[in-house]
Amino acid sequence: MDMPLPDQRIVNARDGLIARLRGVLPADAVISDPAETRAYECDALAAYRCAPLAVVLPRTTAEVSAVLRLCSQMGVKVVPRGAGTSLAGGSFPTADCVVLGVARMNAVIETDYDNRFIRVQTGRTNLAVTGAVEADGWFYAPDPSSQLACAIAGNIAMNSGGAHCLKYGVTTNNLLGVTIVLMSGEVVEVGGPWSDAPGLDLLGVICGSEGQLGVVTEAYLRILPKPEGARPVLMGFSSNEVAGACVADIIRAGLLPVAIEFMDRPCIRACEDFAKAGYPDCEALLIVEVEGSPAEIDAQLARIKDIALRHDPVAYRESGSEEESRKIWLGRKSAFGAMGQIADYMCLDGTIPVSELPYVLRRIAEMSAAVGLSVANVFHAGDGNMHPLILYNANKPGDLELCEALGADILKLCVEVGGCLTGEHGVGVEKRDLMTVQFNPADLEAQLRVKDVFDPAWLLNPAKVFPLDVTASRRAS
Amino acid sequence: MTPLVLQPQSEAELGQMVRAAQGPVSLRGGGTRGVAYGPGTVLETAGLSGITLYEPGALTLVAGAGTPLAEVEAVLVAQGQRLAFEAPDLRRALQRQGVSTLGGVVATNASGPRRVQAGAARDHLIGVRFVDGMGTVVKSGGRVMKNVTGLDLVKLMAGSHGTLGVITQVAFKLQAVPECAVTLQTQVPLSAGLGLLRRALGSPFEVSGAAYGPFGAALRVEGMEASVRYRAAALKALLGGDWVETAGDALWAGVRDAHGLDDGALWRVSCKPTAAEGVVGALAGVAHQATFDWGGGLIWIAVQGVGDAGAALIRGAVAGVGHATLMRGRGAAAFAPEAAGVAALSRALRAQFDPKGILNAGIMG
Repeated sequence: MDMPLPDQRIVNARDGLIARLRGVLPADAVISDPAETRAYECDALAAYRCAPLAVVLPRTTAEVSAVLRLCSQMGVKVVPRGAGTSLAGGSFPTADCVVLGVARMNAVIETDYDNRFIRVQTGRTNLAVTGAVEADGWFYAPDPSSQLACAIAGNIAMNSGGAHCLKYGVTTNNLLGVTIVLMSGEVVEVGGPWSDAPGLDLLGVICGSEGQLGVVTEAYLRILPKPEGARPVLMGFSSNEVAGACVADIIRAGLLPVAIEFMDRPCIRACEDFAKAGYPDCEALLIVEVEGSPAEIDAQLARIKDIALRHDPVAYRESGSEEESRKIWLGRKSAFGAMGQIADYMCLDGTIPVSELPYVLRRIAEMSAAVGLSVANVFHAGDGNMHPLILYNANKPGDLELCEALGADILKLCVEVGGCLTGEHGVGVEKRDLMTVQFNPADLEAQLRVKDVFDPAWLLNPAKVFPLDVTASRRAS
Repeated sequence: MTPLVLQPQSEAELGQMVRAAQGPVSLRGGGTRGVAYGPGTVLETAGLSGITLYEPGALTLVAGAGTPLAEVEAVLVAQGQRLAFEAPDLRRALQRQGVSTLGGVVATNASGPRRVQAGAARDHLIGVRFVDGMGTVVKSGGRVMKNVTGLDLVKLMAGSHGTLGVITQVAFKLQAVPECAVTLQTQVPLSAGLGLLRRALGSPFEVSGAAYGPFGAALRVEGMEASVRYRAAALKALLGGDWVETAGDALWAGVRDAHGLDDGALWRVSCKPTAAEGVVGALAGVAHQATFDWGGGLIWIAVQGVGDAGAALIRGAVAGVGHATLMRGRGAAAFAPEAAGVAALSRALRAQFDPKGILNAGIMG
């Protein structure tokens, strides 16, 4: 993966930059010791590392504004960072940048059940948002797997989803308003605890903009009353195709489970070895979760069972208790950890039309065999958001490159069947150079023009989202 | 001279027309729901009609922007599916004729009572193609449910009222029509009624409609029959009082379409639900009627006999807690004035997408 050459003029002026950052921030908010900035060299796309010039950890919107104004004046690039859990390298630093982390901005500003929102600083973790309202019977719906660690800032930047977004939508469907600081330092309030924009829907384009447009410091989030209960059912099938057909039938029947998760044999085995969740030995496994009162759950599961039995499941287990529910989810939730135990892996995130599931799984298996790298599949089947995990050995020369090439081919396949490169992780640096597979020059140009409006000097989160050659002239000017 | 009406029959032809345009172009889907139309040559998208992809198993529909909403709804209902956001039919409220199109629905982000549960049109829009002000065809999003690839121009186009581009094709995710719906109604005064709606929305019983009007307070629950029965009973127990169960179809259509508000100016107010009563309270002494949707988060207000259509009172009361759009009538700007920062960004975006300033010119400021 190429990154632009660092701007030596900026790199050489590092000491002056740090002194000026200290001039606008409290002493403990500027980190410049290389031993301490090391923690910010990468995010969860750990294959790539680069030390930034400095890291700043402001505590207020005013401090964020001061940093951005200063960097803007000095022509210094800024890489915004939530909790650094991006799998796409969304907060990967450059050697000539300041990393701006919002982790210290984690306060709840306002909770309003009557109007069904919470307002938080965006360094707050996803799970801590729910934590703030849970005791009163409420929750924040988007639930990325990293929800214990990931920050709302990153959720907004990547428009994060999660297992339960089949029913509740992704971040953009649960975001009411933001305080965004532009690269110029200007603070703009967009939206609020009401529906609709009075004019253009700026909130819609800010959400998912991967730190290209500004730094979101505060957010109004929609909160929901917790359902009375939830219950998962686990089903095993003799092939991926049959499991895929079962998913399609559940959706076609108009049932709306909160989650439909899919795991294939390599993934089932790894999870079983790792977490001992007691999964059946089979080719494909579905976890379907429904919500409501006990009677409502019974009624929904009866319908789902009818459908599942038509596909001759090799296993069908309805949870009968909290403990059984926990065990059913245990394997799925530890899937990534389990994979990490066997090998290094790259997690893909393409989305496909649900109807293409069986074909795409078959093609992935063929491509995997041809290259000689194993691929395990674990994903949100209800909305077609795939997560193929390509296993490789980071210590074996050439293996990472082989893995990346296979990854690119799988994502191209997703686009070919009518899908997209990324369903919830974002483009970051990882899929930047594949954007031309999905978008033609005019499509990309329209996106660049939005960036021109918010960040005319192209200083925010450099070298992400858009192919470098597409942005070269803008970055140079 | 009667202005020429442009009626492109394809996206390519539309692109040529916009590229060739020497002056402003006034965009129309079916002309049934635009808050305002710009000056200049009328361009109608009705020729871009037809469903290009409908996959019931994937809950996905792709169609030309000129496709009549009614045609799409009929095709969907035959498969037991629907557009969940319940687009209003504003022809009566806005005194319009014509045939509502999908493009118009998207351009105005038209959303009905189910928004409180299912979201707005923009939340169901998964892909869009449009022709920008230079005549260039642009696509964003696609036909899949989850997509974060690149900047989300899909959301930006939703509700852009034709000022960023001419929408040519839209893709929606769909919802199965639930097997059962029940409406609960009770006659209570406004303040108590709005309080009931908010409590219901704060319950786990998945209310898909929460309105107050001449019919009193009304709640809707939808889903599998046993579940609907259970939730209706649970809501009654939670809220107390005397509730009657009705079919509700006509009631929700009336709320959705702003019926019964035919005289004078018509406002559409989006606000913090708890602010709703205060907004209408500001009109004490002025003749007016109001219907509250979204648990108070949306108010349709008809105002009679004030020179500025009630703008000063309504916009004053809603400042800081929402915004008000003048849907019918004169005497004030249709779109709410925006704060300086947002207004500057919006102006700059319009200048990027429509540098000649010809698409529905000036209607949003």
